[in-house]
Amino acid sequence: MRVQFKTGYDQDIRLFADAREALRYAALLAIAAALPFLLDDFLIGEATNVLIWAIAGMGLMALTGHAGQPSLGHAAFLASGCYANAILMGRFDLPFLLAFPLAGLFTGLVGVMVAIPALRLHGIYLAIATLALSILTEDIIVLAEPWTGGIAGMIAPTISIAGVEVDRLASPGQFYWLCLAVAVVVTLGYRNLLRAPLGRAFLAIRDSEISAQAMGVNLAGTKTAAFGLSCMVTGWAGALMGHFFYTFNHEVFTVVISIQLLLMIVIGGLGSIQGAYYGAAVVGIIPQAINVARDGVVEVFGGGGVAIPGLETGIFGLILIGFILFEPLGIYGRIAKWRLYFELFPFYRRDMFRRQKSYLKTERLR
Amino acid sequence: MEILQLIVSGLANGCVYGLIALGFVLIYKATEQVNFAQGDMMMLGAFIALALGNDSHVGAPFWAACAGAILAMAAIGWLLERVVLRRVIGQPQIAIMILTIAIGFVLRFVAGAVWGHDPLALESPAAGVNFRLGGLILGLDEIATIAVTILLTGLLFLFFARTRLGIAMQASSQNQLAAYYMGIPVKRIHGLTWALAGATAAVAGLLFASKGSIDPSAGFLGIKAFAAAVIGGFGSLPGALAGGLIVGLIEPFASRYVSAGYAQIAPYAVMILVLIVRPHGILVQVGAKKV
Repeated sequence: MRVQFKTGYDQDIRLFADAREALRYAALLAIAAALPFLLDDFLIGEATNVLIWAIAGMGLMALTGHAGQPSLGHAAFLASGCYANAILMGRFDLPFLLAFPLAGLFTGLVGVMVAIPALRLHGIYLAIATLALSILTEDIIVLAEPWTGGIAGMIAPTISIAGVEVDRLASPGQFYWLCLAVAVVVTLGYRNLLRAPLGRAFLAIRDSEISAQAMGVNLAGTKTAAFGLSCMVTGWAGALMGHFFYTFNHEVFTVVISIQLLLMIVIGGLGSIQGAYYGAAVVGIIPQAINVARDGVVEVFGGGGVAIPGLETGIFGLILIGFILFEPLGIYGRIAKWRLYFELFPFYRRDMFRRQKSYLKTERLR
Repeated sequence: MEILQLIVSGLANGCVYGLIALGFVLIYKATEQVNFAQGDMMMLGAFIALALGNDSHVGAPFWAACAGAILAMAAIGWLLERVVLRRVIGQPQIAIMILTIAIGFVLRFVAGAVWGHDPLALESPAAGVNFRLGGLILGLDEIATIAVTILLTGLLFLFFARTRLGIAMQASSQNQLAAYYMGIPVKRIHGLTWALAGATAAVAGLLFASKGSIDPSAGFLGIKAFAAAVIGGFGSLPGALAGGLIVGLIEPFASRYVSAGYAQIAPYAVMILVLIVRPHGILVQVGAKKV
């Protein structure tokens, strides 16, 4: 059993709780940076995919997990970032290092513009409005054909940083490092946000808007900031996704991607940065696991390679149902419980993570 | 005359949207949960009717197949509540929302695995029977859709306003805990509500499948019905029908007079407009909170 002895208030908001934790994360980063030397090109591609999903997940996590505003429309912001980056690089000939941050800022501005009417909406109404936004995106991309290439789509320009060409196919290792760098920067920024007054205000709004207001939190301003920051990060993920896919058109960023993003952070664990990574890993691993399982079944029972369309989403749905019923805190919660079990051994009790139930009430009068 | 024709087909389509929206509203009105799987339940109901009624499958008489599908969907709705949703009572609304999305995924997968992904048509006696009224061509399926929808909306409205059970349902949604203290069996009421919503979904599926063909992705129609429910005012039964009719009417007119591309967008654009101008829909059911 480990005892943490606190001697100052700063200890509560330090970047790492203690030296052991700092060391753990340093080791993790070192392993992540060394991956291109250890894995083959295909697996590096998969790892890059997971990283990009994790960045997008962090974007949504800030909004849904920490500020408590559900969004079913983040594919719209992925698309915004992806197209803004490609247009800035391709049409205005900006270098990647300039176009990439600008694409994020642009998407953040779009998010703020969405937030202003959305501020009047709560819970499910907000989810529905963002869902509609996500559906509209597909058509808007087609209608804005002179800029976006419409149905034919666009090709992501090659990235060149300080004379080094970074290409997803020709140099997957370098593209992986680029994504890793973005992920580390976003994670650090996110962690720092949560230590700052704005991040605390997010949590206050999530837990109770009325109490937050009573404590002097500016509801409208904080929600707008949450939307802006969340969309900016999602826009960056979208820009990377564009380079990862190489070609993209209106069919890439569908409403299914929006829903998958939300489901991903729920599986990972709402309200934790790590949850975004866990969820992204699950989303990245499921298709591969299904492939392996299918090959195994074919080997044992014979028969040709049967492709069952929709199997992936079906299994994804089942996993999700399982998590919501049995582990509402997601993978992050499960791991936290295990850790606490060992750290407090033998004093862990089943009810330590019990949440207060909140029974639904209507706002309707008739 | 062309406008009249557009209106009739728009009304018939709108009735199907209205029926799915009715399912959303039913569950929302009685349990305060939002069922994102309603469109997929509609799809499943249509497939069950098809499996019972079509000659290539079981080949039962049409009306027996209809009754079978409605009963089966009521049972499935009840089971879903009993096995899955009852466990999340007391958790935040977003958890329930995500759970129903996941249920929709699973239902779509099951339907795809059992019946395949090719569009199938329901053999109904209404198919191909047309009436001529002046220059107007009325399909029997369109007339049946409109009549059944109006009848069902009226019945459900009376059920909620007049019967003991309907009022108990409203009470259990207005305040779960208080209703429980008043001796209303909230859990059983939730089960009944889901059964009712399942039956409504089956009716919507029957009408939808008899007007065209059905495939597992038809559940995405639920999103359009969602727009309908929001336009009408979530929580209002006549509002759901009105919203469905508005969406149904906008579509053909937008594609006829603007362009086909805008017909897809129009319902959602109207919905966003309604959400901004009147966040609680046309038939508002929310008053300012008095402290």
